[in-house]
Amino acid sequence: MNYLLTFAFSLACLLSAQAQGKYSTRAGLVLFFSATPIEDIDARNSQVAAMVDLTTGQVAFTVPMKAFQFKRTLMQEHFNENYVESDKFPRATFAGAVLNYQPPLPTGPQTVQVEGDLTIHGVKRRIKVPGTLELRNGQLLVKAKFIVAPADYNIEIPAIVRANIAKTVEVTVALTADPVAPAQPTK
Amino acid sequence: MLLLAAVLGLSARAQAQDDLLKELETQRPDSLAPTRDITMATFKGTHIINSQSVETPGKGTLLFLIQHRFGTLNSGAYNFFGLDQAVLRLSFEYGLTDRLTLGAGRGNQEKTFDGFVKYRALRQSEGARAMPVSVTLLASSALTTLKFGTPERSMGSRLTYTYQALIARKISSGLSVQLMPTFIHRNFVDSRQDQNDVYAIGGAFRQKLTKRLALTGDYYYVLPGATADSFRNALGVGVDIETGGHVFQLHFTNAQGMIEKFFIPQTRGNFFDGDIYFGFNVSRAFTVKDRR
Repeated sequence: MNYLLTFAFSLACLLSAQAQGKYSTRAGLVLFFSATPIEDIDARNSQVAAMVDLTTGQVAFTVPMKAFQFKRTLMQEHFNENYVESDKFPRATFAGAVLNYQPPLPTGPQTVQVEGDLTIHGVKRRIKVPGTLELRNGQLLVKAKFIVAPADYNIEIPAIVRANIAKTVEVTVALTADPVAPAQPTK
Repeated sequence: MLLLAAVLGLSARAQAQDDLLKELETQRPDSLAPTRDITMATFKGTHIINSQSVETPGKGTLLFLIQHRFGTLNSGAYNFFGLDQAVLRLSFEYGLTDRLTLGAGRGNQEKTFDGFVKYRALRQSEGARAMPVSVTLLASSALTTLKFGTPERSMGSRLTYTYQALIARKISSGLSVQLMPTFIHRNFVDSRQDQNDVYAIGGAFRQKLTKRLALTGDYYYVLPGATADSFRNALGVGVDIETGGHVFQLHFTNAQGMIEKFFIPQTRGNFFDGDIYFGFNVSRAFTVKDRR
């Protein structure tokens, strides 16, 4: 009996350790939205790779810029060619950590502050972003919404289209990450 | 001491956060460059100068194109260096899909209607199944509605057909080049010596100077024959200026016609003698249907 209890306990420990390990996805969603009286511009990217380490509270994202889909062909072309220059800067990245993180992550949606380096268009800036983390059915759900100003990342908007593009763009992050197998075979 | 510990702790944390990013980026080289990356914006417009480019408007986009060629610069102050003798073509191009486009236009030179079908057969891409060049196939026909007096010409004799393979490569983000093997069939030609079938090969380039300004050029070499002997090869040099939904193309060319049947086998101007037409193409894109 005692033996069985010990076994159950160690199993539970093992499981919880597993539940607090690393989570990752390669199909995360990032949306952005720019609203002006003249036109609204929105784009979605469902090829975002992300990793969250629940033992340390660290968070990393990498966003392939060319995967943003716009409503209009021309917007997509201008975004890549003229604004973010995706040939030169193919990815935006974020590397940061949850502030005051105390493992393990409690159940239910947890409101957190994440601070880290956001790199867009080759410009790295330290930002603080509010978001939620939630463990549900063995998956980690990550949500965040924050504001990015293109000018902060040396994204130049010419006078002639300044009325069409908002000074600040709202970015939404939503992803469902699966636990990473502890020992990953490397090819 | 405490400060040092804090600094060390911070830098260790910064190190760790970058480590996770590195792990993420190295873990999946397959998904970071996963799909085919289709090269976009080889040229800014669907036309380069005289020639069409490999570009099409894209699904659900309607393009309205206004083309102008003034008279020759050497026609003197009396004609205000050509500004008094403009020819004009208006056209619409609509992207049925990202590959297939239909276009129709009307020019006042010989009162000509034209229609074309443009299909992006191959698209330059990187990554999986990489493709070194883009190939767009163009078939166009032109119908002149000019009155000839009596006896009036038959409908068939008013038609001209052009077939082109537009082969382009965006060599760098600034430089793109295009090759255009061309076949033109004219049902009716003005003189007995002139050829009904004309073969030509064209070349074009685009070099960006800034993000929104580019230098362009195009040239057609008509393959030897009676037509090549009595006409000149068409040459154009110009600039592309992009402003939001518009592309302005300003150029100098020795050809006044704006469709293939005019500028390839019927160019008479000698560029280096001052028979230069100033002209422009202005396009405006309208989104008719959202892509998503």
